[in-house]
Amino acid sequence: MHNHNYYRPGDFIMFVHLTREEEDALNEKQGTAISTAYKILLSIGKATNAEKLIPVEWVHLSGVNYNTIGDAGVNFLTEYSQEARFLVPTTINPMGYDSHKQNNLSSNFKKQQGHITNAYEKMGSVPSFSCIPYELFQLPDRGHNVSFAESNAAVMANSVFGLHTNKESSLSALASAITGKAPYSDLRINSIRDPKIKIKIEKELKTELDYGILGYFSGNTVKESCVSFGHQISNIDMYKTKALAAALGTSGACGMFSSKEVYDESISYGKEEEKSVVDELNTTDSGDVIALGSPQLGMYELELISNMIGGNKFSKKCMIFCPRPIYEKSCKSGIAQRLKNAGASIICDACTCLSPLLSREEYDGVITNSVKAAHYLNKSNGVSVCLTDIKSIIRNYTK
Amino acid sequence: MDYSLRCKVIVGGRAKGRILSTKQPINFLSSVDHLTGLITDKNHELCGEFLKDNLLVFPYAVGSSVGAYSIFALKSNGVSPSGIICTLKTDITTASGCAIANIPLLELSKDQEIPEIENFSEGTVDGMSGILQIKKV
Repeated sequence: MHNHNYYRPGDFIMFVHLTREEEDALNEKQGTAISTAYKILLSIGKATNAEKLIPVEWVHLSGVNYNTIGDAGVNFLTEYSQEARFLVPTTINPMGYDSHKQNNLSSNFKKQQGHITNAYEKMGSVPSFSCIPYELFQLPDRGHNVSFAESNAAVMANSVFGLHTNKESSLSALASAITGKAPYSDLRINSIRDPKIKIKIEKELKTELDYGILGYFSGNTVKESCVSFGHQISNIDMYKTKALAAALGTSGACGMFSSKEVYDESISYGKEEEKSVVDELNTTDSGDVIALGSPQLGMYELELISNMIGGNKFSKKCMIFCPRPIYEKSCKSGIAQRLKNAGASIICDACTCLSPLLSREEYDGVITNSVKAAHYLNKSNGVSVCLTDIKSIIRNYTK
Repeated sequence: MDYSLRCKVIVGGRAKGRILSTKQPINFLSSVDHLTGLITDKNHELCGEFLKDNLLVFPYAVGSSVGAYSIFALKSNGVSPSGIICTLKTDITTASGCAIANIPLLELSKDQEIPEIENFSEGTVDGMSGILQIKKV
């Protein structure tokens, strides 16, 4: 058995053990694309002190939106997809816009976005264009290993569905899609999935926005891979859990939360901590568009919003982002029509955060209940954000 | 006084440059302009600094999984750091981004005394021996 377990100056850890087959693949015996994938896995293995690679059953990729990966990403994927093919089922994140709808995006944006989606298709991806794959596909049993880039999906997979994944990067997940493997490290190891630090919640949490703010604070504060929130989060609604997971994944490196009690170390979360997040992300008092869906909304949330609106109409432009299969389902049940009657437009294959549909050129301020969206709208799109919970959005902006 | 620190090598190679050091993590997707390498996040202590040709010394990357492509884009656009040193733990985003972009990446070994690494001193990394050398200016 060959392995890399030899000493080099500067290395004070053991190396990742590779099987003969893996080592051959690394040395280009199966072509350069597979070798590149193993190089990525090996660098991550070294970084995270993995002793070996293990198989994964499902990969979810980020790095699909031209707005985020740019020309460098387009060039890389176009070349890489000439040879690379996915070995395990692979779903993909939202892209920049809804191709079934009119928009005024530049022809260059659409052309480059097309190159990206073609490259993923060529490699064999499922064209899911969703950041909530856990609401669209049947999940493996608890304890099974997957590889999820897209931070909210990784946090949800670990914390809610009991799957094992690290908070993968676009490129680590791509490497896992090509090889069907991932380094055995961090949140893939049971003992690390036991939280060592707790956020002690010292204020009442009511709305999904409250949970989002808690998540953002925690990501900013906790350096560990898993954090406990104690029993207060054990029975909350799915849309609040999504808000918590997305915000936690946005601000930090933490890839999992748990309700298990921790007795060694805790950090208080009260009004002051909440205010520090609001002061950073709530950058305007109002806005000219309402954007809902970061992460994309599921069936339950569409129904919830449609019930809250009743027969009223939005007084401002409203964009709702959801996966296409959810939209199609909502068309059949009549919920889509009710939302459209209220004046909302429903956008598929894209997401509130990082969509060029919400640009500084078009909007002065965006009203949203998503802390994740608020982070990227402020910092990447350069648009001001009015953070408001969904009940207040409906109360203030429909009549 | 000059000094050197031992490191774990994640991505090999040699690099030198001015040290850009911070205790704050970085979100490569939302806090850095990929065309210029400028750190644009007003809440970051390195806001206004350019990454180009510098040795970035920081704890670890946070946030978006797409940050790996951001590191690759910085390199493709010729504005990447010459080398990166993680002081706390090397995260998956930085490791995979540097592997594709061929940017030397090291992690400070924990079994040594680590002084405050000052901004704007000169540094050299050797990805073979795993040594970071700092020259105070």
